[in-house]
Amino acid sequence: MKNKAMSAAIVAGAVATAISGLTVSTPAHAQAKEKCYGVSLKGQNDCKAGPGTTCAGTSTVDYQGNAWTLVPKGTCTTMDVPGDRHGSLTELKRDLPDA
Amino acid sequence: MAGSDAAPKIGAPEFANALLNADAPSPPGLIGPDGKAAPKRFAVYRNNVIVSLCEALGQTYPAVRTLLGDDYFNALARAFVTDHPPSSPVLIWYGGAFADFVEAFPPLQDYPYLADVARAEWAWLQAYHAEDAAPLDPAVLGSIDPEKLASARFVRHPATSRVSSEWPLADLLRANRFSPGDGAHIDLGAAQSLLITRPDLDVDVVPLRPGGAAFVDALLSGAGLGEAAGLGADASAEFSLSDCLSDCLGAGAFKGLETN
Amino acid sequence: MFSETPSNSKSRTAAEIPARAGAGLKPEHVAEILETGADVGFFEVHAENYMGAGGPPHRQLEAIRERYPLSLHGVGLSIGGEGPLDGDHLKRLAELNRRYEPGLFSEHLAWSTHDTTYYNDLLPVPYDEATLARVCDHIDEVQDVVGRPMLLENPSTYVAFEQSTMSELEFLKEIARRTGCGLLLDINNVYVSCINHQRSAEDYLAAFPMSAVGEIHLGGHAPDTDDAGRPLLIDAHDREVDAAVWTLYETVVRRHGSLPTLIEWDNEVPEWPVLQAETQAADRILAGHDTAALRQAV
Repeated sequence: MKNKAMSAAIVAGAVATAISGLTVSTPAHAQAKEKCYGVSLKGQNDCKAGPGTTCAGTSTVDYQGNAWTLVPKGTCTTMDVPGDRHGSLTELKRDLPDA
Repeated sequence: MAGSDAAPKIGAPEFANALLNADAPSPPGLIGPDGKAAPKRFAVYRNNVIVSLCEALGQTYPAVRTLLGDDYFNALARAFVTDHPPSSPVLIWYGGAFADFVEAFPPLQDYPYLADVARAEWAWLQAYHAEDAAPLDPAVLGSIDPEKLASARFVRHPATSRVSSEWPLADLLRANRFSPGDGAHIDLGAAQSLLITRPDLDVDVVPLRPGGAAFVDALLSGAGLGEAAGLGADASAEFSLSDCLSDCLGAGAFKGLETN
Repeated sequence: MFSETPSNSKSRTAAEIPARAGAGLKPEHVAEILETGADVGFFEVHAENYMGAGGPPHRQLEAIRERYPLSLHGVGLSIGGEGPLDGDHLKRLAELNRRYEPGLFSEHLAWSTHDTTYYNDLLPVPYDEATLARVCDHIDEVQDVVGRPMLLENPSTYVAFEQSTMSELEFLKEIARRTGCGLLLDINNVYVSCINHQRSAEDYLAAFPMSAVGEIHLGGHAPDTDDAGRPLLIDAHDREVDAAVWTLYETVVRRHGSLPTLIEWDNEVPEWPVLQAETQAADRILAGHDTAALRQAV
């Protein structure tokens, strides 16, 4: 285990570089404020986030499928799998990333 | 009223037991207008509980839902809901155990990246609802005696967390939640850990560079900047302190800085 | 000492809820409501959705609260529960009341928590003496901790308890008498329950203790059938208010005058203009009553 702390001089130099690379970091805030009243460009998730409660019942009927026997059928994004396999196949064996 | 001493007393335990167990009979003593047992009427309550909680999970885990498809997700959610019903009426706090449940669910062993996607979505929701705080102004670092920077410690922003993964977590979230249908390829061999925080109103999801996860973990657990940088460099030969620090400060991962 | 000039202080709309129509607030509608300055009497929110520490939900609610009267509606306190009330949850409700100063605060005649499990539905209680005493104790505790009177909402139910010894009306009247709480009259719930239990909604409403009512709820329901093929209505809040419910509402308003009236739409939430149109329909009925009353006065 090396685990050497970086020297003060190296840290100071890196900090200076990091700060100079960060042009004003907060101008987005005024815009963001307006945004989350709903006009979000990043997607609906920004303003309708997570579960809300309801005081209503539901007319939707519980889907009785069994997750032990069903096969996932998601909208597969194109995934490149390590090795030769690729395409819509999203199943992986646990040891694959080490291959 | 029809009530009589002979009527079965239905307490909350009997009612509650039958709610989460689809095979349990409707409790006796619950009746329709003809005074007879009415299992289909009781099933309305059972359905309300199960469906609403599955929907709550679907709203917390939209990317997992997209990856699995609605039918599979609903079936999986029902298995989770009956095993791990909520303990609080505040549903934004419901479902934190879902990632571990997915990871341990035998039929999903061939989809090892799903649990990390769920962990990232949980972190996203916690960041969304976290306490508000102004992020640290990077200029503050410029005003500090350079000699003291290596021992300086950052104070975590209340919305900040880190999700580590051996999978391309940022790409999986983008394709299945934030920018669906953008057609970009995902290289499942590329590991991406994430920094998640919310400096103001938008949650930021920042993929960490090589060594960044070890660096951020060290900072979030209270290590000084020099020590954290050393751990980042240990973790990856490509570690760049200025880049990783810039990512953290730009995302607003901290709310303060302490120097000795 | 000089007092601060009020001109710069952020003044809130008067907290009192007007006898107009309001809408259940949905996050996806907030931007349009604020941008168009929608003419709505008030907004109502579910307390549990604002129990996170911070973030966009509170920012949105602050913005709404600055411009509109607000009503706070709890859905998870489990007042009808067998165990003690959740003290932490009650504190959170008290804190929200303090923070947002809503004009009205309401909860349900129902239970949702047993032991440590929350069932996320408004579950029914038997109407008997033991339950009555427990519910009254819980309401006393709520009003004590929150520091204000609450409104209790009549439930929509799908089953009856064979063990019940009194009617729902007797039960509600006795709660209001013993605790001093007000009532929230959900006319859709009245209709749903009366169809489900084959009783007369008109008779139920004619006997309702209207002097205790501080707010009316209207919402949509979904049709289904029970084990014997009889109609069974589900309180789904997923569509427009039913014509039969509008008729009952008109009768109540004509007979008892105007009251704050909320349109609830929680599932299959429509675009804002559709929900707003429902509030306008309620406002027309409320205004019709006012002009009728005016004519009589002249």
